Amino acid sequence: MESLSYRHTTPRAAAGAKSSAIIGVVASGNLEVLVERVLPPTSCEIDIRTSITGFGDVWQAVVGDFVTKASPGGLRLSINDGGARPDTVLLRLAQAVRLIEGAP
Amino acid sequence: MIDRADMMLPPSWYEASARRRLAALLDPGSFTEFLGPEARETSPHLGIFDLPVQFDDGIIVGKGRLDGSRVLVAAQEGRFMGGAFGEVHGAKLTGILRAARDNPALPVLILFDTGGVRLQEANAGEMAIAEIIRAAVEARLAGAKIIGLIGGRAGCYGGGGIVAACCSALAVTEQGRISVSGPEVIETNRGVEEFDSRDRPLVWRTMGGKHRYLLGSAAAFVEDTPAAFRAKAVELLAAAPGLSLDTLRAEQARLAERLRRFGHAKDAVDIWQALGINDAAALPGLETEDFLALAQKVRAGEVRR
Amino acid sequence: MTIDAILASLFPGGHDVGRADGLLMGSGRMEDGGAVTVIGVIDHTALGVDEALALSAHVLGSGTGPILVLVDSASQRMSKRDELLGLNEFLAHLAKCLVVADLNGRLTVGLLYGRSAAGAFIATALATRVLVALPGAEPTVMDLPSMARVTKLSLETLEAKAKSTPVFAPGLDNLAAMGAVHEMWDPHLPLSAQLATLLARGTDTTDRRGRLGAERAGRPKAAAIAERVHALALEDD
Repeated sequence: MESLSYRHTTPRAAAGAKSSAIIGVVASGNLEVLVERVLPPTSCEIDIRTSITGFGDVWQAVVGDFVTKASPGGLRLSINDGGARPDTVLLRLAQAVRLIEGAP
Repeated sequence: MIDRADMMLPPSWYEASARRRLAALLDPGSFTEFLGPEARETSPHLGIFDLPVQFDDGIIVGKGRLDGSRVLVAAQEGRFMGGAFGEVHGAKLTGILRAARDNPALPVLILFDTGGVRLQEANAGEMAIAEIIRAAVEARLAGAKIIGLIGGRAGCYGGGGIVAACCSALAVTEQGRISVSGPEVIETNRGVEEFDSRDRPLVWRTMGGKHRYLLGSAAAFVEDTPAAFRAKAVELLAAAPGLSLDTLRAEQARLAERLRRFGHAKDAVDIWQALGINDAAALPGLETEDFLALAQKVRAGEVRR
Repeated sequence: MTIDAILASLFPGGHDVGRADGLLMGSGRMEDGGAVTVIGVIDHTALGVDEALALSAHVLGSGTGPILVLVDSASQRMSKRDELLGLNEFLAHLAKCLVVADLNGRLTVGLLYGRSAAGAFIATALATRVLVALPGAEPTVMDLPSMARVTKLSLETLEAKAKSTPVFAPGLDNLAAMGAVHEMWDPHLPLSAQLATLLARGTDTTDRRGRLGAERAGRPKAAAIAERVHALALEDD
């Protein structure tokens, strides 16, 4: 198992007031994302647990891409990964932010 | 998250996640989860096998309202480790059932979706099943109702199948399967001549929802939708039988009668024909409405547990 | 110990426990005159629909007084016929008969002296209030070769992992660590005395196995998780 953790600053906080949300399932090619509004408004953290080791560079790039697009300020996103591809990871991260922002 | 395309089709219970099923089953906004993902009560054992954990360990437990009435719920996520019972997963259900024992006015809905005991935690999973069974019996003796809903992709296998038969009543869909040993295990043990696990019609004839309903193993057969399960759950709760020495004696007689009538059957088709269904071969293809109309006329004795 | 030796040691005052098709049914007399209902699965017999139904019939037809369940079984019978007929209901019914009897004041005691596995274990030994074992008993959920096949790990890998945890591999020590087995009995001492002591001690109907599993470190979380969910579920809205 590998644990990865990335901290970023963001220009603004994520919208909405919900304190947490969950999306996804830990299954082959899939992942779950637990998102919690627990950080200062311009900080975000993405914590990953994965059994597929050695892809730190890919995770870093995916996370950086996501943070730039979503500006998830104030949010900690915790991932349990079942071996998902980068596009699935991006999808779930985006879904998680939409859920906690209360968007339909 | 549902995108617009999903909203065009009626939601399938089979396809839905455990969370989606609960959201659709219970009164909107009524659900409160116990030990949800934020609690991070994960398996202490999967790490030994380098397997990823899930924050809720594959089962969601909590309370909500069903048509205005308070209920306790447990919903298994069949896509995480096959919905199998591990130490934490099982303990969450045990806690729910013990609460129903101590407050029998709270019915329990169990949304089964399980391959049985989680092999990587086999001993802990087996103990969980044992404790769940005892807690379920205690709850029912105290007067609580326990309704099982079966229609997920993992089915209801192994220890899960035994727990299911401890419920007051079961509702099952065509996609649902209930069995102790799975198809591959039967094939390994008895040979492909007796049971070809890749013969899907055979699997469904033997273990599937239609057969279980006709046999009297399940009290209700429903369409693969949350709305159908919701309506049926309300109905089953109102009519759920109690548990006592008297009902156990009646159950003994019912099971003995089943063995007497069908104990020599070689295949489900023999049982259906013995029940008086003329075109047994057409049964698997019948739509729900036609199947129910036929079943009402012929199915084996009403379940009294 | 053979089943004959076990029965003789349990009931020196006599018993009428009959044996047929791998099943035991009857009753034994304790030294104080009390009768104990006896059921059992012996000779590594698989528990199928017919066997489970016969045992539950005996439990339901037996009067009051404690029930002793002797176990040396295989797993549930893994056949098309048993599943076709609804084996899950038959196994659950046997378990329910034992648990209801127990909760109605008939102490149920399981004595594991041989093998047991999976569904048979659940419906017999694990359906009793107190489970005791004799040395040499071999409870199993799934044997390691089958587990290797299903998990796609090598047998050697599983055996190595089994050295560091009691949570998955077969064996009495592992099941004891889980809290399944309350106590070990001594085959060199009269079993009748050990049974009498257990019956006299009397326990309440609380399921202690989660607590035992925590104390023995085999199941570090189960008892606490169940208690927390139980408490949350009973809170007022």
